[in-house]
Amino acid sequence: MALMFWKKKRNEEVAPVVEPIAEVLIEQVIEPVVEIPAVDEVLAPVISEALVAVELPKRSAKKGIRSLFSRIKFDPENLDDLEDILIQADFGLDASVAIVDEVKLRAKKAGAESENQLKEVLATVLAESLERSDKALNLSAGKLPYVFLVVGVNGVGKTTTIGKLANWLTEGDWKVFIGAADTFRAAAVDQVATWAERAGATLVRPKQEGQDPASVAFESVEAAIKADADIVIIDTAGRLQNKIDLMGELDKIRRVIEKQAEISEVLLVLDATTGQNGLAQAKAFAEVAKVTGVVLTKLDGTAKGGIVFAIQKELGIPVKLVGVGEGINDFAFFDAQEFARGLVS
Amino acid sequence: MFGNLSDRLIDTFKNLRSKGKLSAADIDATLREIRRALLEADVALDVVKTFTGAVRDRALGDEVSKALNPAQQVVQIVNEELVTILGGEQKKLSFAKKPPTVLMLAGLQGAGKTTLAGKLAKWLKDQGQTPVLVAADLQRPNAVNQLQVVGERVGVPVFAPEPGNGVGNPVKVAKEAIKHAEKKMFSVVIVDTAGRLGVDEELMQQAIDIRKAVDPDEVLFVVDSMLGQDAVNVAKAFDEGVGITGVVLTKLDGDARGGAALSVASVTGKPIVFASNGEGMDAFEPFYPDRMASRILDMGDILTLIEQTQKNFDEAEARAMAEKIAKDSFTLEDFMDQMQQLRKMGSLKSMLAMMPGAGQMRAQLDNFDEREIDRTEAIIRSMTPAERRQPKILNGSRRARIAKGSGMTVTDVNSLVNRFEQAAKMMKTVAKGGVPQVPGMPAMPGMGSFGGGKSKGKDKKKGSKSGNPAKRAAEEAARALGQNPNSAGSTGSGSAFGI
Repeated sequence: MALMFWKKKRNEEVAPVVEPIAEVLIEQVIEPVVEIPAVDEVLAPVISEALVAVELPKRSAKKGIRSLFSRIKFDPENLDDLEDILIQADFGLDASVAIVDEVKLRAKKAGAESENQLKEVLATVLAESLERSDKALNLSAGKLPYVFLVVGVNGVGKTTTIGKLANWLTEGDWKVFIGAADTFRAAAVDQVATWAERAGATLVRPKQEGQDPASVAFESVEAAIKADADIVIIDTAGRLQNKIDLMGELDKIRRVIEKQAEISEVLLVLDATTGQNGLAQAKAFAEVAKVTGVVLTKLDGTAKGGIVFAIQKELGIPVKLVGVGEGINDFAFFDAQEFARGLVS
Repeated sequence: MFGNLSDRLIDTFKNLRSKGKLSAADIDATLREIRRALLEADVALDVVKTFTGAVRDRALGDEVSKALNPAQQVVQIVNEELVTILGGEQKKLSFAKKPPTVLMLAGLQGAGKTTLAGKLAKWLKDQGQTPVLVAADLQRPNAVNQLQVVGERVGVPVFAPEPGNGVGNPVKVAKEAIKHAEKKMFSVVIVDTAGRLGVDEELMQQAIDIRKAVDPDEVLFVVDSMLGQDAVNVAKAFDEGVGITGVVLTKLDGDARGGAALSVASVTGKPIVFASNGEGMDAFEPFYPDRMASRILDMGDILTLIEQTQKNFDEAEARAMAEKIAKDSFTLEDFMDQMQQLRKMGSLKSMLAMMPGAGQMRAQLDNFDEREIDRTEAIIRSMTPAERRQPKILNGSRRARIAKGSGMTVTDVNSLVNRFEQAAKMMKTVAKGGVPQVPGMPAMPGMGSFGGGKSKGKDKKKGSKSGNPAKRAAEEAARALGQNPNSAGSTGSGSAFGI
């Protein structure tokens, strides 16, 4: 996959000094309130409007994807058992039935009978049902800074995802801002601060405890624009999708951000261990937050994340990123081929 | 979406109800639906197979064919089997003979261990224990910090000698915590550990080491109720690895159908001890397998309801109220008394959720704002006693004054008065034995013949759309009231069924 993205051309790129800048940014993290204008003044004169292409480091999710057949052997004689296997991987009843039907149909057409041939057919069916042309992050067009909004239910790994994403972008020499708009959960701001520090990104904190998350989001985008950042990632509090009030809050965050900048991506973080409720989550968040992509986390466990097939089929939301571990580099772009091969291997 | 497990099974039973006796084919058709419902509820496939097998065997036996109402029998069987899987009787925490009692929490990342630790601490504190929280999750960024904030919120001390974020040895912390607790005379030690995957051997070993170091009285496995099919693998890994003694179910306030509860209980054979169901630190309660099963079947959590109602609802008062209504002397004062009676039973929302047939109105319930009752109360409290007794004297200037006093608008006041008048009229009819407004307790609650309750759920939806909070609150209360007299006449405890 081409990992070329456009970011702002800065003067410091002429002289490739990356480290000091990262340090300056780290220091800022500690400050309670954003003091961006100072940086702004330093950088403003040297910024040109031109964009440069950056190649971001490649990552693979291969190690995280476990085979469907690690516990139950694939039986070429009895394709109906495949349905059970898919159900056990959280594909859901309907998707499992549909996939098995498709596999049977194609196997018959192609005369596939052996285990390997049938697995090949299965891999193709799986890859096709997840393959999307819009799976890349929306990072190559439009006005800077790009704005990413990260949403999801409680405990799926939103903050960790943001840390990984921020680190990946700073490695590509992007100027990354993170807005700590999870003002609800105890110590959430500190948690995202730790990640911001690790990633060398600038954190925009709430001015006071329990501040309206929408206003934190607004201030984050404002600060990012002022500092001429390439991207600003907004962390939000985990919320169960059936809480209308909290979902309304998300809608407000969205609207408030859009007063200043276009939102490039709304990423729904989904825990791979989630069962059929994942579809309900995707539906609700898609409706309120207009989700543009799914981040599938915790794939390094025993869960297969089969629910993304149902989400893809019913809602057409592409999976864009996967998380495969606790390390800052343990994530990758979602690759349908790689994922399907991993599941079938 | 397909609605909740309860909703699905009710759908299935509707078909059953329409027929007289059951044939094997009927049973199989029903079981297919039950299988589908259970799978959609994320019950693990193997558990589903065992479950449907057991139900089929029993349903095909004499029990059903000889029964008067076969559908009821099938519900009964499904219910009983569910209870069996969920762990039979309610399990209580075991406390050490010699304090401190040590409770260890373990589970996947993001299951909600730290939040739960706070809730558990608060619950224990309310029971007269002196708990201490131990920050042994030194892995996740700022987990220690989070526990400290949580501890502060619930007013429970936190033992956190290490800063976390990868620094410090959790086994050592856990060990020191026990000594600390002994010295400071804490009665319960709650050890929060790092979240881990079932396949992460290193972290699993760490959990085992912590267990060895503190020799806990309970190892509670914290499970997210949204967990899918993987629940079986995870539960197995934790049970075989660290060895669990009980299960805690979190995020039950979501709309996940919680099949994971069935899976985990059935795979490990360990009881579910607690259920956590909300954002607040109070949103935590002991888990009752039988009641949960009834709830899944949408037969309502009748037992809890009865208990709470008996405790709080004064029977004599209720009877007096019924008489008043019949005599047309029902006033806004009484209206408010009634609301307060209901409030005493706890959150109206959670009360409603226990009701049979509540599944149908779950979505509306979730979003019912309890503060609307406060607002209604504010309006009534802003009236003079005379006004409360005779709402007829409320003219324009009085209404304006009331609106001002309660911080509401005149429109809100108007709509409350209108609602009250309608409610009073309706109640009068009911009290005189007119239209049977109360669903009462049909032979098989929640089985669709729930006319009153259901249509009201729909009314409520319409009302809600109108967007007038006071109106909705009044409707809500009126509904509650509307059904009181009837049941108060029969049994005091029954009154709440009419909410």
